[in-house]
Amino acid sequence: MIRQLAALLALQLAGEVTARALHLPVPGPVVGMVFLLVALLILPGMAAWLNSLSGLLLANLSLLFVPAGVGVVGHFDRLGTDGAPILLAILVSTVLAITVGAITFVAVAKWTGVDD
Amino acid sequence: MTEFSEIWSYLAQGPLLWLTITLIAYAIGDAAFQASGRKPFVNSVLVAVVLLAGLLWLTDTPYATYFEGAQFVHFMLGPATVALAVPLWANRGLIRRTAVPLLASLLAGSLTAMLSAVGIAAAFGVRGEALASLLPKSTTAPVALGVAEQIGGSPTLTAVLVILTGIVGAVIATPLLNLLRITDWRARGFAVGVAAHGIGTARAFQVNETAGAFSGVGMGLNAVLTALLAPWVAYLFL
Repeated sequence: MIRQLAALLALQLAGEVTARALHLPVPGPVVGMVFLLVALLILPGMAAWLNSLSGLLLANLSLLFVPAGVGVVGHFDRLGTDGAPILLAILVSTVLAITVGAITFVAVAKWTGVDD
Repeated sequence: MTEFSEIWSYLAQGPLLWLTITLIAYAIGDAAFQASGRKPFVNSVLVAVVLLAGLLWLTDTPYATYFEGAQFVHFMLGPATVALAVPLWANRGLIRRTAVPLLASLLAGSLTAMLSAVGIAAAFGVRGEALASLLPKSTTAPVALGVAEQIGGSPTLTAVLVILTGIVGAVIATPLLNLLRITDWRARGFAVGVAAHGIGTARAFQVNETAGAFSGVGMGLNAVLTALLAPWVAYLFL
């Protein structure tokens, strides 16, 4: 587990350094994710080796949200005035995004003949 | 009583207390979710956040003190983001076969999520930091927080908006997609993953295995796309 964690942190570190050095518009951990994807394509055996840790992290992904979520305490004042429009924006935008995404997938799958 | 307040002030200074309470609050949230029959609106994160916020308020504890302990949990978002490459890699065959519809749906869904959210909020007078925090709401937490920070949003506000988006997506997905008469599980899952990240993906897995796998792919791809597009969308529209 320690070696796997060291590997993930090393990839995150490499991503962080790359993102800053090249002034990329992407956060360092995302660059690290791309690095890991490339590493897995070259060394497929890494997937089984990493699986115990990556599975554990992703199964508990929502826990990692909690500390930042508690930070809403400091934002109650601002949400007071912007709260209703922001909630409306989230609701309508999520309906639109799911609708547009699903319809686009079905239409393009039919058009390109990927349909089962 | 003096002894208790002495112990309290000793514990309140170190990270042990709030780290422990964070994990307990999440365990309670998870138990509530299981007890509800895995209802999407009894979200374990939401329950934990409400419990912890209430406790901070009752004990008059500043967020900075709380974060001393909780930062160890927060820190794991970085390696967790890197780990998202593993399911993406595992589904590479599935992705390759449906690459064209996937990419079209990804681009359409991701842009719709960003533009409609900031468009609606801006029309109702939301400006500045709150608007920038809303922009990456459809992408997975670690990426959304990083993006928000980069475009002048507030990571803490973004975390809340991301959670709300996930819950909204998980609750509305099934009735909405039934109403639209979309029966393709790949399309249903993928659209939910793009629009409502991990919480939507967890919901998709409850409904159908294929939908779940495609939702995971949608979440992973939108993490990359949002990180790439959000600074441009912010530059053009904010």
